[in-house]
Amino acid sequence: MVGIAGYGCYVPKRRIKVEEIAAQWGEDGEVMKKNLLVREKTVPAKDEDSVTIAYEAARNALKRAEIDPKEIGAVYIGSESKPYAVKPSATIVADALDITPEAHVADYEFACKAGSETVFVVYGLVKAGEIKYGLGIGSDTSQGAPKDPLEYTAAAGGAAFIMGNDNVLAEVIATYSYTTDTPDFWRRDGQPYPTHTGPFTGKPAYFHHVINSAKKVMEIAGVTPKDITYCVFHQPNGAFPLRASKMLGFTKEQFEPGWVAPYIGNTYSGCSLLGLASVLDVAKAGDTILVTSFGSGAGSDSFIFKVTDRLEKVRNNAPLLKDYAERKKYINYATYAFLRGKIKMREG
Amino acid sequence: MLTIPRAWREKPQRYLFKGGKCKDCGFVTYPARKVCPKCHSENIETVDLPREGKIITYTIVYSAPEGFGDFSPYPLAIVELTNGARLMLQIVDTDLDKVQIGEKVNVVFRRLLVEGNAGIIIYGPKATVVEDK
Ligand SMILES: [Zn+2]
Repeated sequence: MVGIAGYGCYVPKRRIKVEEIAAQWGEDGEVMKKNLLVREKTVPAKDEDSVTIAYEAARNALKRAEIDPKEIGAVYIGSESKPYAVKPSATIVADALDITPEAHVADYEFACKAGSETVFVVYGLVKAGEIKYGLGIGSDTSQGAPKDPLEYTAAAGGAAFIMGNDNVLAEVIATYSYTTDTPDFWRRDGQPYPTHTGPFTGKPAYFHHVINSAKKVMEIAGVTPKDITYCVFHQPNGAFPLRASKMLGFTKEQFEPGWVAPYIGNTYSGCSLLGLASVLDVAKAGDTILVTSFGSGAGSDSFIFKVTDRLEKVRNNAPLLKDYAERKKYINYATYAFLRGKIKMREG
Repeated sequence: MLTIPRAWREKPQRYLFKGGKCKDCGFVTYPARKVCPKCHSENIETVDLPREGKIITYTIVYSAPEGFGDFSPYPLAIVELTNGARLMLQIVDTDLDKVQIGEKVNVVFRRLLVEGNAGIIIYGPKATVVEDK
């Protein structure tokens, strides 16, 4: 049965609190926290980017998969914060993990869904028998314009999944993808920050795609929410996925283990995959996990996984999300602005 | 500044963290060298280096060379890996007062050098001090 052979995650050490950003712009931090259900977000160091984050997450996935990197036949990174506009990120990560040269390597883009797409595609390649193992990564150092609502949540982090045909720690039970052309959020080429359509990003975009995709994948698998142990949804903030989980009839116990946005923020392409990693950090053999991503533009990929007894044997081969989440250093707005390149420095 | 061909040639050491081990006396170097600095043997094999070690000595750089201005003040340390190999690494994600002789470090993968706004980005190893749980 095809499934997850290894998983890993990484988030940077630095954090900025929502009230620190709110104070900068004369907003009420407590109100912001209550509306967004986000307390703080991760901030990358000057020498971190979506490539270094992808690398660290993928190394952790390799430690859990316990395979020779040369057995990996495909490496894909999904991101909307590529260091190069032209030149793949995935070649760097594939080379640095000693997977190359015999591999199919590419970068993916579909707003926040780019990460789950890579998993979707490597799963298909493994299932078709084209490759033995495939590595799919979602990684971002997300952009949000100063003073924009996105600035409170746009964070950095990533998660990596090695899909394979044997020795899996979670089997894929069903997959489904739901897509329409919906302009809720975009960034034109050459623009430093994305543009979004405010309230339009909610009902016709996020909720329409997430709810339809999640319902259909459960129908395909022949399950209902009460058969699911944990549910994970894309988390542009803390509030949207909570509402989606309630609309679908999930309980707090099913939802909270994968709810990472309140303490990490929105890691865009890394987001739903980090939620899944966080659930795998606690899940037991026999547990069933629903994951539904969302990418603006817009679409949702859904997966239903069933955990095997291998998970508990390899879980501690690499750091848990909790280990990274607890390792933190708070910074002020000025440091944040410097680290995100919002301060104009002299060259050199 | 590293040239692009040189940066590309040095991928085994920067990307894969490969070193050289003298088959005659066992001395390990990073990067691998053609001749063993200890016994002058040319009998060198390429080996994977461990990504754990400790700080042997360090300095704090306040006046950064070109390309490192964003990081100053930053620590540069001589790190001894668990197999005995010694190398110089920039220490990241660590408060300056936590950079001390004997502290355990892990090797991490970071941007080493960025050639302006249009040039290439060079990636490779740095180190971070392991925090007490
Ligand atoms: Zn020697």
